[in-house]
Amino acid sequence: MEFIRLPKVENVKLLDRVSPRRSRVGTLYLTATHTIFVENEAGVRNETWVLHSLVCSLEKQAATSSGYPLLIHCKNFQVLHFAIPREQECQDVHLSLQRLSQPESYEELYCFSYKPNVDDEERQNEWDFMNLKADYSRMGLPNAHWKLSPANRNYKVSDTYPADLFVPESATPPVIVGSSKFRSRGRFPTLSYYSKENHAAICRSSQPLSGFSARCLEDEQMLEAILRSNPCSDFMYVVDTRPKLNAIANRAAGKGYENEDNYSNIKFQFIGIENIHVMRNSQQKMLEVCELRSPSMSDFLEGLESSGWLKHIKAVLDAGIFITKAVAEEGVSVLVHCSDGWDRTAQVCSVACVLLDPYYRTLQGLMVLIEKDWISFGHKFSHRCNHLVGDPKEVSPVIDQFLECVWQLMEQFPCAFEFNERFLITIHSHIYSCQYGNFIDLNLLPSTHSLWSYLWTNRTDYINPLYRPDHSQTQGLLRPSTAPYCFKFWRGLYNRFDQGIHPRQSVEDYLRTIQEETQQLEEQLASHKQSPTASGLILLPQDLNQTSIFSLSNSSDPESGIADLSCRSPLSEDSTRDPDSDEAVYSAA
Amino acid sequence: MEFAELIKTPRVDGVVLHRPFLPTVEGTLCLTGHHLILSSRQDNTEELWLLHSNIDSIEKRFVGSLGSIIVKCKDLRVIQLDIPGMEECLNIASSIEALSTLDSVSLMYPFFYRPMFEVIEDGWNSFLPEDAFKDLESMTDEWRLSEVNKDFSVCPSYPPLVAVPKDIDDETLRKVATFRHGGRFPVLSYYHKKNGMVMMRAGQPLTGTNGRRCKEDEKLINATLRPGKRGYIIDTRTINVAQQAKARGGGIESEANYPQWRRIHKAIERSNVLQESLIKLVEACNDQSHNMDRWLSKLEASNWQTHVKEILTTACLAAQCIDREGASVLVHGTEGTDTTLQVTSLAQIILDPSCRTIRGFQGLVEREWLQAGHPFQQRCAQSAYSNSKPRQEAPVFLLFLDCVWQILRQFPCSFEFSESYLVLLFEHAYASQFGTFLGNSAAERAKLSLPEKTVSLWSWVNRHQEIERLTNPLFEANSLVIWPSVAPQSLLLWEDSQYIDVIYITIIIIIIILFTISKKYYYDINA
Repeated sequence: MEFIRLPKVENVKLLDRVSPRRSRVGTLYLTATHTIFVENEAGVRNETWVLHSLVCSLEKQAATSSGYPLLIHCKNFQVLHFAIPREQECQDVHLSLQRLSQPESYEELYCFSYKPNVDDEERQNEWDFMNLKADYSRMGLPNAHWKLSPANRNYKVSDTYPADLFVPESATPPVIVGSSKFRSRGRFPTLSYYSKENHAAICRSSQPLSGFSARCLEDEQMLEAILRSNPCSDFMYVVDTRPKLNAIANRAAGKGYENEDNYSNIKFQFIGIENIHVMRNSQQKMLEVCELRSPSMSDFLEGLESSGWLKHIKAVLDAGIFITKAVAEEGVSVLVHCSDGWDRTAQVCSVACVLLDPYYRTLQGLMVLIEKDWISFGHKFSHRCNHLVGDPKEVSPVIDQFLECVWQLMEQFPCAFEFNERFLITIHSHIYSCQYGNFIDLNLLPSTHSLWSYLWTNRTDYINPLYRPDHSQTQGLLRPSTAPYCFKFWRGLYNRFDQGIHPRQSVEDYLRTIQEETQQLEEQLASHKQSPTASGLILLPQDLNQTSIFSLSNSSDPESGIADLSCRSPLSEDSTRDPDSDEAVYSAA
Repeated sequence: MEFAELIKTPRVDGVVLHRPFLPTVEGTLCLTGHHLILSSRQDNTEELWLLHSNIDSIEKRFVGSLGSIIVKCKDLRVIQLDIPGMEECLNIASSIEALSTLDSVSLMYPFFYRPMFEVIEDGWNSFLPEDAFKDLESMTDEWRLSEVNKDFSVCPSYPPLVAVPKDIDDETLRKVATFRHGGRFPVLSYYHKKNGMVMMRAGQPLTGTNGRRCKEDEKLINATLRPGKRGYIIDTRTINVAQQAKARGGGIESEANYPQWRRIHKAIERSNVLQESLIKLVEACNDQSHNMDRWLSKLEASNWQTHVKEILTTACLAAQCIDREGASVLVHGTEGTDTTLQVTSLAQIILDPSCRTIRGFQGLVEREWLQAGHPFQQRCAQSAYSNSKPRQEAPVFLLFLDCVWQILRQFPCSFEFSESYLVLLFEHAYASQFGTFLGNSAAERAKLSLPEKTVSLWSWVNRHQEIERLTNPLFEANSLVIWPSVAPQSLLLWEDSQYIDVIYITIIIIIIILFTISKKYYYDINA
């Protein structure tokens, strides 16, 4: 490929950030899609693969005794520190990677060159797996209050909205079109979630173009229609998720927020979630803290505080809880917006959905939720995740914050989610990796693959063994505590590649092993019943209690004898399933 | 003295109890000599039985004639009692205050408590030094059990029997005792079976400003070294603190006099600093502002996590010297009764799998804390809510339990016990119906005749029902050394999880399913 100036460099050092003694020497290869480091050590074939699309930034540092350092920061928070023997080589690798990691056109994205062994029909099926209409029917829509509107069929009213939208039964096409002209990017109020039990709905839109005094009759009618579609309530909330100052500043630009005097029976509420620039800087600061070399407790806590990251996570969750309470406890509908209605609005609506509806706490439900509130409603993944070379000021970890909110909830309600942390981390990685077409806002999808179908196929890897859908504490509404000490630092994501700091044993993996074993035994039992003659061939575990134990500790770590099960990279997961000892015994039988 | 004199109002009806995470209970409040009891006198509702000795402080509030007493417990629980009638409320409050601050040990509840269960194994005899020494004898003959302290005259904070190098006679020990703080001459704390290395602990050497030396002390600790080997002295104080101690008669082992030993200084905080840290931490947790910045800065300012990190780091260092460097270790701070014990006991958790079982952990607490002379009564007299000026209180033992919890979280399958066990020990160290944590040393416990007059906590714990409740369902014996991570990202705040029961039950269910299926499978095949 023309961008690769140097396909191979020998004697490259991969430095270990924590302990320099653990540095490794090997060969660095640049391919069209990956940077690959192969360790020289005889006997071990240790490879580190980094997708070009995951490279976030490259930094050349002053030469040291071990060579010319090249620091690679990845979007999945991996940090690689190479030392390259010659300056020219370092320069060439740097320039090559700089170009390779910043595609200039969609065609260069990895999803168009990623070709797993799947035929066209199967690929089509992958995309048919996700069906948003099914989710709306699950909510009981359409019904007497809400209808499917054809207004945006050709993306004429709003080009960032989905084609199929639910609007109040009484909203006529002129009202929709009129309202859309009074909203940024034509993003008129439309339904995001509907609660069958009490008819309360969560609606979303962009800010009104109200300036200092402008009004729009159709927009007022639109809100009136939303209010009327909830027969049990005589008012509705309008939630502006921006800090009040930001919203006021927008008025000068002819935008702004709803005036309570102009809309009948609304209660207007600001919820101060900061903008994309504040969030980007905050995450950057937090990541600097994560990368500190052997920080003291004070360094870490001070850094975490001054980054403000957890404060922002709390703000998003608090907003979600406000909406949840309005819908579930007061039975009042809510209209949520921010500026364009594709960042904070997406966060808040989807967090509220997770809190409200146990369905969104299942594997399938979370995928549907991301498809609905993020992809279909036009979250700008390409800009926010920097898929293509573009304006660095458009980059922001908005979706990271949503995934983290879900993780914080999982920490508080360990039995309420069908999926595990690995599921969230895998989704995070693939949002940035461009391996799948889901997050590419372009109609070239059919030639790419779908992440959802990949995740579903491999769902056994993502099941939370502690999931208890039948338990009273996990049913219905979740009521999380928002006391600050309930918010934790997400080590599993931000320090994911620093193997030494993770728990050396994982409860989840242990339970999963037990469950797999249970399943195997059940199968054996079933097959035994079918053919009793086979019994003589089956090897019996000596001590039934020990079978589960054995399979965990056989892949032991030389230092502590503990299987290092928690640090498996989800990206390469499909190829690293360790066959466990019992499986071997049984398959031999 | 009669308790009745202190109880101004023994009984009030219509009292409402508020507890976090639990429904309110209305009922009758009774005060007895040792308990505050609230009972709704209905079936199926839990009664509250709170030991007066568990009460750290109380606050009174009045709204009209309705009074409320906020009871803040040493185990960090906070409960509220709404009491109708101003006079009753005041009477109850002053009675509680009087009863919860009784000074005399012999009035404590353990002396009045009669067990409602059958004592199968008397916990007072479960962990005798002679039994522990038998285990040692099976591994090595380099040590002997000395009776030099049998009347507690050589070292008042040591037990009557201690393990010392075989070649060192009692006369030498007496001399060494005069050279060590509190008479705490170096004794064996742990023998590492894998390579025969040992960990010893002591009080600081009393070198003073003019560099006094003691040949017998040098002889004693050198006797633990193999020929040609060097050892490590881990001083839990910073070099500055240790140097300053010289002015008060204390000091450090100088390189000139101990050429075979390398001294390493660490910085574990002690006494008042720790107590303040706990107070600040608890205050931060109870902050009602729900402000994230404020929480993080208060958490940081409390320094609690820093202490946890520092203690764990030092314990890892001691364990590393023994297991990795193949060297023997001597640990001491100033007195050798606080930070020293944190380090020696945690190092054993890391190194020795038997300390990670329910019974083994009891043995560890018994050896390295109770018999080693940690002054429980002084350290645990007050907790985070006390209004009185701290004297010798410090959450030294709580920090140790927190560190164990951190390791447990990192190795959730390597401990036979669950988190509940650590919580139980914390609670009983501060207030208990059992005599185990009364007194400050073996000598005091003997003087109080605790084994004769009170019940041991271990008698209660080591019964089938309790063991079952405290067992970690994920436990699989792990015979190896477990190295915890001490990175800030790895250390968590030990908080009370509301859902711990749900998780526990779920795990049990999953394991039972496997077991049932396995059995079915087994029988079916053999049928």
